[in-house]
Amino acid sequence: MLRYFLIRLAGAIPTLFAVVTIAFFLVHAAPGGPFDQEQTLTPEIQANLQRAYGLDQPIWTQYTRYVAGLARGNFGPSFKYKDFSVTELIADGFPVTLELGTLAMALALAMGVPLGTWAALRRDSVGDHATMALSVAGIAVPSFVLLPFLGLVFGIRLHWLPVAGWEPLSVAHLLLPVVALTLPPLGVITRLTRANMLEVLRSPYIRTARAKGLSLRAILLRHALRPALLPVASYLAPAAASIMTGSLVVESIAGLPGIGRYMVQGALNRDYTLVLGMVVIYSTLLIVLGLLVDLLYAWLDPRVRLHA
Amino acid sequence: MSVLAAEAWRRLRTGKAMGALWVTALILAFTLLGPLLNPNGIEAIDWSHVASSPSLTGAHWFGTDRLGRDLFARTLEGTRVSLAVGLLASAVSLVFGIGYGAVAGYAGGRTDHLMMRIIETLSGLPLIFFVIFMTVLFGRNEYVLFGSIGAVGWLTMARIVRGQTMSVRRREFIEAAVVGGARSGRIIWRHIVPNVIGPVIAYATLTVPQIIMLESFLSFLGLGIQEPHASLGTLIAEGAGEMEAAPWMLLIPGAFLAALLVALNVLGDALRDALDTGDA
Amino acid sequence: MPGSAATLAIDDLRVAFLPRGAREACRLVTAVRGVSLRVDPRECLGLVGESGSGKTQIFLAALGLLPPNSAATGRVRFQGEDLLGETSGRLNRVRGSRASMIFQDPMTSLTPHLKVGVQIAESLVCHEGVSWRDAERAALGMLERVSVPEAARRMRQYPHELSGGLRQRVTIGMSLICKPALLIADEPTTALDVTLQAQIIELLRSMRTEIGMSLVLISHDLAVVGQLAERIAVMYGGRIVECGPARQILHAPRHPYTAGLLECTPDLTRPVIGRMPTLGGQPPSAGTQIEGCAFAPRCPRAAERCRVERPPLETAAGCPESTVACHFPLTA
Repeated sequence: MLRYFLIRLAGAIPTLFAVVTIAFFLVHAAPGGPFDQEQTLTPEIQANLQRAYGLDQPIWTQYTRYVAGLARGNFGPSFKYKDFSVTELIADGFPVTLELGTLAMALALAMGVPLGTWAALRRDSVGDHATMALSVAGIAVPSFVLLPFLGLVFGIRLHWLPVAGWEPLSVAHLLLPVVALTLPPLGVITRLTRANMLEVLRSPYIRTARAKGLSLRAILLRHALRPALLPVASYLAPAAASIMTGSLVVESIAGLPGIGRYMVQGALNRDYTLVLGMVVIYSTLLIVLGLLVDLLYAWLDPRVRLHA
Repeated sequence: MSVLAAEAWRRLRTGKAMGALWVTALILAFTLLGPLLNPNGIEAIDWSHVASSPSLTGAHWFGTDRLGRDLFARTLEGTRVSLAVGLLASAVSLVFGIGYGAVAGYAGGRTDHLMMRIIETLSGLPLIFFVIFMTVLFGRNEYVLFGSIGAVGWLTMARIVRGQTMSVRRREFIEAAVVGGARSGRIIWRHIVPNVIGPVIAYATLTVPQIIMLESFLSFLGLGIQEPHASLGTLIAEGAGEMEAAPWMLLIPGAFLAALLVALNVLGDALRDALDTGDA
Repeated sequence: MPGSAATLAIDDLRVAFLPRGAREACRLVTAVRGVSLRVDPRECLGLVGESGSGKTQIFLAALGLLPPNSAATGRVRFQGEDLLGETSGRLNRVRGSRASMIFQDPMTSLTPHLKVGVQIAESLVCHEGVSWRDAERAALGMLERVSVPEAARRMRQYPHELSGGLRQRVTIGMSLICKPALLIADEPTTALDVTLQAQIIELLRSMRTEIGMSLVLISHDLAVVGQLAERIAVMYGGRIVECGPARQILHAPRHPYTAGLLECTPDLTRPVIGRMPTLGGQPPSAGTQIEGCAFAPRCPRAAERCRVERPPLETAAGCPESTVACHFPLTA
């Protein structure tokens, strides 16, 4: 298992390398540079800045330098947030984003799977229809509509929760952003679980389990849950991507000091290293998650063989 | 085929699907006919009504924004733009996806393996970042927007088309065409594509709301549709900033977007169920 | 005293399905149309019929295993307890411990992601409250008794790692781990090839004497049932058409349908000359209304009376232990 994991991890390096390369040349191919907007600068200072950051070098030299830096875990200096390295910026903001995303993912799973199972057991009941209607709404209404709306209701009108802002370890400040990020994947997970649970409950081995006189609890937990979770497992990577995307807007609406805001700002400012750093971080996260999903798959279904 | 279509139609006429169809049609009619009812222009500024609240008896039914622009006109414009982007970018992803998926599924073997590896790798990446890149870096105009969104949307479409193609490919009439000496391109175009179109249309219906959501997302970030034009995303972004003083600026476009997305999603689901004839 | 001491007594059982999407009761599909059966202690009853004749549904109904879109009426008594309409909590005290059932396809009827040992042991844990450790030890013993080679290694394997014959041995071991008073085996050999069939029948025979249980053997194949059963009931169109001692059914059938089935059963001891005989026509589908005898359209002896008046199941002339539902039964 560990060996498989390491082999796959090594296999992810070329993918990551390709991503970095494409992103690097895309960013550099775009018109404009990081210091264009600072009009007060004299041409000499501009040239000095360019030299200081190595931007006067041929692009291949810049590329090899950047990749060599990355290999040592150095994301380079930020062009816009002078005095800060990209590594520092990411180290500051990443815990907030990670906390937000992990909470949203955990909540979506912890609520979606039981809800979907419950709806499947009560198929065609009022509760089932209501759950399905809510999950469609959850899927359809984007977080950047939901979060301002929740802020309007619970913050501005009811004064129960702060509309925006951040304090370490404050549940109140995290609650609305987490809810806004949770609902879309929650809707998908609920629907997936329900559909597959219905399928599994019809299967002959569930009939065998019932013929053995097992309790509903044992049938669901031991016999039905794992096969019903297979499609949910393969949805985890898209879910993570959707939460990451959502965090870009949710962080800026709620004023959270995560790294989500750096993506858009960095791209607008032509802050090459910051944008590339973000791409590397998010791609790595998704690749590692994809790997974990493969392992999860093998546990859910022993017929799946792990081969590198 | 007409029997199948009739059966699909019968299945589609369930309460939910018809409700969704009505809501979609209503929104569509509203956005197209609305301007005829309302004298206020999209960019016209009414200095006597700045940030006024909605009133059905006054001059501005949905109120105005900070600049005194009529929100009714702007919401309709925004919905129209969002719908147009959704449809056009879906069409882009449809063409890409059908082409790629049909070739991969028909070729099979190594070609198929390689083409699917590419798709897998691409879908494992945060593609939204690439869309942001493209729109930021290469000018914020509509063509870049359509292109980059469509380029992301085709991945799932290609997978669906490939799966369908593989199941159709083994059927007798394809073999007959091969034996009859037809060229691969012709077989794909004349025999495969028409036979996979059902599930593809259903999925395309689900692509439209996804793309509308993506477009609103980009516009919300200021990367999509630019002033003075409006899409639902830009209106919501403006509204979110004025939430305390003028909540209608958030609620009205938000409600339009939510209704549109829910209706299109429900419609797409119903269409998929209806077209799922079980033998394909 | 037959009747009161019966292990299983089924009285006028009817099973109907409501197809999904149909709201009206008129679209009810009747699978079992009033069946009465008795299984005595230690007896082996064979139940024979074509697929769709309702033979499986009887026992699914008896153990409360029917799908949610179905309903059963009548009476089912197991060791003196009423089963029909009982809550699943009370049924669970019977199912798997005192009455077990195994199904046709051992590939799909074992849970794919659970190790074989766990699937056998869990019945003991559930019904007798023993620890997992003891239950797994008992499961190992059971696997050895049902002649699974290398039982200790098999315990840790998943169903897909076992061959079809081994899987069916596992399901048999699983169903017998609590030493039930009744085992219902639904087409236990159908999915297996011929040499394995004989082995499984042999296994059922030896386990039955060892545990001292009653056995219901359901099959479409009279030859399979004939190897084990002491009594045989023949079903057609949701009803029992003939029931009697195995000897009589196999050698002197009274119902033309039973006779037809026997003719179609290949006798492997004699060469087949010419074409294999087959029963012409199709059995009635479960939904159709039947006025007279369900077999009349395919029956060589059918007369006008057969098409309008349904023959009741009555004691056969000249053989008091048998019953037959035919206006014009064959004579010995």
